Amino acid sequence: MGLLSKKDAKLITDPLADNNPITIQVLGICSALAITAELKASIVMSISVLFVLGVGNVVISLMRNIIPSKIRIIVQLIVVAALVIIVDQVLKAFAYELSKTLSVFVGLIITNCIIMGRFEAFALGNGPWRSFLDGIGNALGYAVILIIVGFFRELLGSGTLLGFKVLGDPIEKTGLYAIGYENNGFMLLSPMALIVVGIIIWVQRSRNTALIED
Amino acid sequence: MLEYVELFFKSIFIDNMVFATFLGMCSYLAVSKKVSTAVGLGAAVIFVLAVTVPVNWLLDQYLLQPGALSWLGAEYADYDLSFLSFIMFIATIATMVQLVEIIVEKFAPALYNSLGIFLPLIAVNCAILGGSLFMQSREIPTLGLSLVYGIGSGIGWFLAILAIAAIREKIRYSQVPGPLRGLGITFIITGLMAIGFMSFGGMLTGGDDAAEKKETPKAEVPVEKKMELTKEDTENNKSIATNTKKIIE
Repeated sequence: MGLLSKKDAKLITDPLADNNPITIQVLGICSALAITAELKASIVMSISVLFVLGVGNVVISLMRNIIPSKIRIIVQLIVVAALVIIVDQVLKAFAYELSKTLSVFVGLIITNCIIMGRFEAFALGNGPWRSFLDGIGNALGYAVILIIVGFFRELLGSGTLLGFKVLGDPIEKTGLYAIGYENNGFMLLSPMALIVVGIIIWVQRSRNTALIED
Repeated sequence: MLEYVELFFKSIFIDNMVFATFLGMCSYLAVSKKVSTAVGLGAAVIFVLAVTVPVNWLLDQYLLQPGALSWLGAEYADYDLSFLSFIMFIATIATMVQLVEIIVEKFAPALYNSLGIFLPLIAVNCAILGGSLFMQSREIPTLGLSLVYGIGSGIGWFLAILAIAAIREKIRYSQVPGPLRGLGITFIITGLMAIGFMSFGGMLTGGDDAAEKKETPKAEVPVEKKMELTKEDTENNKSIATNTKKIIE
């Protein structure tokens, strides 16, 4: 980490665990839950947020001294909306099927609280480089949870990972299915996303008791 | 007339914003600690959705859709501005929220005081933008229906936050394992509530053929899982029952 000072590196590593945007700061839940039935969709969503948050944080940080504080929310919304339009158009051009699965949730990155939250809490008070690192860090923290949830939901729900049949073929009864394993279709339904996140929070707080609420 | 009623109940129960599409989860989790604040935010959401969805419907119809500009003249008929819809919608929402705030402050100070800090927060609530985006992707045909859709989804959101706030007020008296306390248990309860709301899914499938055709591919999964559903539900009820017992004791 020759490039990053210790303080800067902390900006990236903190949100990955003890200050995770989803499980600790409770930001950006909506999209985290709705699109995690497949691992691929979670990964694409994470990359989109990574781009929007990284670039958005830099833009807001560069403009922080010229934005009048009264209309800052509107300015922030416009910046995010412009970035999200770029993401949406790119997805439509290169991954049309996937953009259909994500449907309105790409648009909902605009109101993803992680983005507004980081703009408000960090980018408005810090320089571009630190804001960039903060954006990347938080987006990675978001990505970690999304990928964990997506991994378990796809594996247990449809027995695949990224579309590959890792547990064997349910119709021809190979692999695990040969000994009577069945997919739990319940994992594909949306309520299970909430319960999986609840369990992640449980595990995380059991390991680090300092995070327990009273 | 029937379609209005159908859309109204559909947007409240079947396509409930919180339980079916997870919109507005952030404020749903953050502002649901007390019933009174939850009611304030819920009312504000109904109000803003009822205003922004029809306005965005007009924008979508006469500005953004492919060919929407044809009212300007034949040479504009080829324009497709739909890629601008995010920025238009969010700008409308931000300005409408500001406008609503000013109007309410001027003409209904009591309401303003009770909604208070929630109004500006609503601009960044995903439920509001989600309402407009779903309105667009579900291709709601008329202005009246879009108004019904806005009000219906607002009421659905209101019900959801009211229910979770009431449960969270009670759950303080029960013995939740330490690491689950607060956020963790709220997530799991919301999940169980969402499972409960899924049972509304069959409510409007009967009747006309078009609805049935649409519903059948989706219905396959829930039917298979009905057994588990009821199991989960009874467990849920049991735990609620034990909780209330504890409270009474």
